[in-house]
Amino acid sequence: MALEIRKPGLLTTIQDLGRPGYFHLGIPVGGAMDRLALRAANRLVGNDEGAAALEAVFMGPEFTVTEDTVLAVTGGEMPIKLDGEPVQTWTSFAAKKGQVVSFGYLSEGARIYIAVAGGIATEAKLGSRATYAIGALGGVDGRAVAAGDVLPVGEGDGIAGRTVPEALRRRPGQPAELRVLPGLYWHRITEASQKAFFEDEWKVAPEADRMGYRFRGGRPVDFVEREQPFGAGSDPSNIVDGCYPYGSIQVPGGTEPIVLHRDAVSGGGYFMIGAVISADMDLIGQLQPNVPVRFRQVDMDQALDARRARQSTLDEIRAALA
Amino acid sequence: MKTRYSHGGDEHIFVEVDEEMSLDAFFKSLSMTNALREADIDGVTEICPANASFQVKFDPDVIAPGDMLDKLKALEDVAESAEKKMTTRIVEVPVFYQDPWTHETLMRFRERHQDPDGTDLDYAAKINGYDSAEAFIEAHHSSPWFVSMVGFVAGLPFLYQLVEREKQLQVPKYLRPRTDTPKQTVGYGGCFSCIYSVRGAGGYQMFGITPMTIFDPEQTVSYLKDFMVFFRPGDIVKFAPIDRAEYDRILAAVEDGSYRPRIAEVTFDLDAFNADMAGVNAKLMEALDGA
Repeated sequence: MALEIRKPGLLTTIQDLGRPGYFHLGIPVGGAMDRLALRAANRLVGNDEGAAALEAVFMGPEFTVTEDTVLAVTGGEMPIKLDGEPVQTWTSFAAKKGQVVSFGYLSEGARIYIAVAGGIATEAKLGSRATYAIGALGGVDGRAVAAGDVLPVGEGDGIAGRTVPEALRRRPGQPAELRVLPGLYWHRITEASQKAFFEDEWKVAPEADRMGYRFRGGRPVDFVEREQPFGAGSDPSNIVDGCYPYGSIQVPGGTEPIVLHRDAVSGGGYFMIGAVISADMDLIGQLQPNVPVRFRQVDMDQALDARRARQSTLDEIRAALA
Repeated sequence: MKTRYSHGGDEHIFVEVDEEMSLDAFFKSLSMTNALREADIDGVTEICPANASFQVKFDPDVIAPGDMLDKLKALEDVAESAEKKMTTRIVEVPVFYQDPWTHETLMRFRERHQDPDGTDLDYAAKINGYDSAEAFIEAHHSSPWFVSMVGFVAGLPFLYQLVEREKQLQVPKYLRPRTDTPKQTVGYGGCFSCIYSVRGAGGYQMFGITPMTIFDPEQTVSYLKDFMVFFRPGDIVKFAPIDRAEYDRILAAVEDGSYRPRIAEVTFDLDAFNADMAGVNAKLMEALDGA
């Protein structure tokens, strides 16, 4: 069984839950940007939640299935077509040998996850099939999916017609809200800038990818004056190069915040004002350029409550598909 | 040195051993990460040492962030008393300074630079008080460097110059990061040199390029068969200037599997180094010359 890629879409990559354990060498965990959507798609077709699937951004691919199989598509809303006929999203469906899966225009979110029963079975690198294009790891020979690729699929026995209840399909709001725990080098900016960051409405910039999302539209930050420490460099936004957490928010030059995501650089020389909490990382993966975003300040207790709430959403999805 | 602890969201703790860079801060950070690894705490998933800081990633469902913080603070005293000595290796890295590829790239991103009318090397030479790019280049390769962090992208080493602080080169990063840097560019930012392991974004000034592959995901390069990343924290590097012909020769040798980096095993003792930098460096060079 295989998927024969006819059209790759804009940027379609093989992703799973990533390769933890190598961030100290600059190799990020990677994997699906919207992990809840990946887990749900895999559950729908009877796979392990961490099986490899396709992540397509803004535009869907077009492919032929070489054997009878079961598929499911979750994440952003994009009409699915099976030999041109519409199929429901967030619902497993059967495809016959030779049938073509294609997609209409994205109407909501940014990324879809296409799971196939048995999971994509390309070669794993450092324990994962996730595509990390910068380091040429995973994926198809270290790269994104291209026309003509034949993606091997493992053994699976999915059941068609299973669906994730509408209420459990989590989406960004309007404006999208990202909860942030201030910290790291938060003390480097003035109180007025600390307030402004949470008051202002930001927009996702065009530079938004798997490494990080840039935002613009809010006021630039003012720094607390200091003599720059030895080794940091002369700009007030510079620090002695250190590690960057996933979700951390750096503001190079004090102008446009960047939130690091799954393919994060592991460190560098820009100060950070805190980090987006783990519960909201998936949402970032569903933001399109130009959508309005607000950052909301939370404390650690609220961050952990949000994490538990997200875990229970996942548990409800598991229960609904049990 | 004043150690500062901060949560980085709900899954990370960031520990800044010192605001400024020094080998003392590096050794303390390294000792704390070693102690943390030995403590084998449930829920810890990644331990990332950096130049003068480090980061821990953990699963807050297994260990509460507050408890993680307490455990880290308890390690600080252990680290204070640790020996500042390590067995490591010195590696010669050939560098083609002022090469055509980084030159093309730095011209392409000139509007993001402090000095749009010059080159990165001219600018670095000027602000460090050197008469020419050539004199600056000589300062860059005449003393050894210490790998104080590996990261940013896959296998990229940050290098700290083994000289008295007043002799250390310092150059700011680009005003706005570039979206492109040639693979194996030798760069500079703050007080650190670096070698870009892969092509991609970067904010460091660009001085030259090495033909020596330092990251190979396919693991076909002869000296990267055991692991795809060449550098590790604590490695010592000596840059060796080469010309275009030598660059082409080494590049071909890396590709056909005949290139072997020049490497010697050495011991680095921070107290001995602080007491006599010239003497320790001379011994390091002697070891390399004998390799």
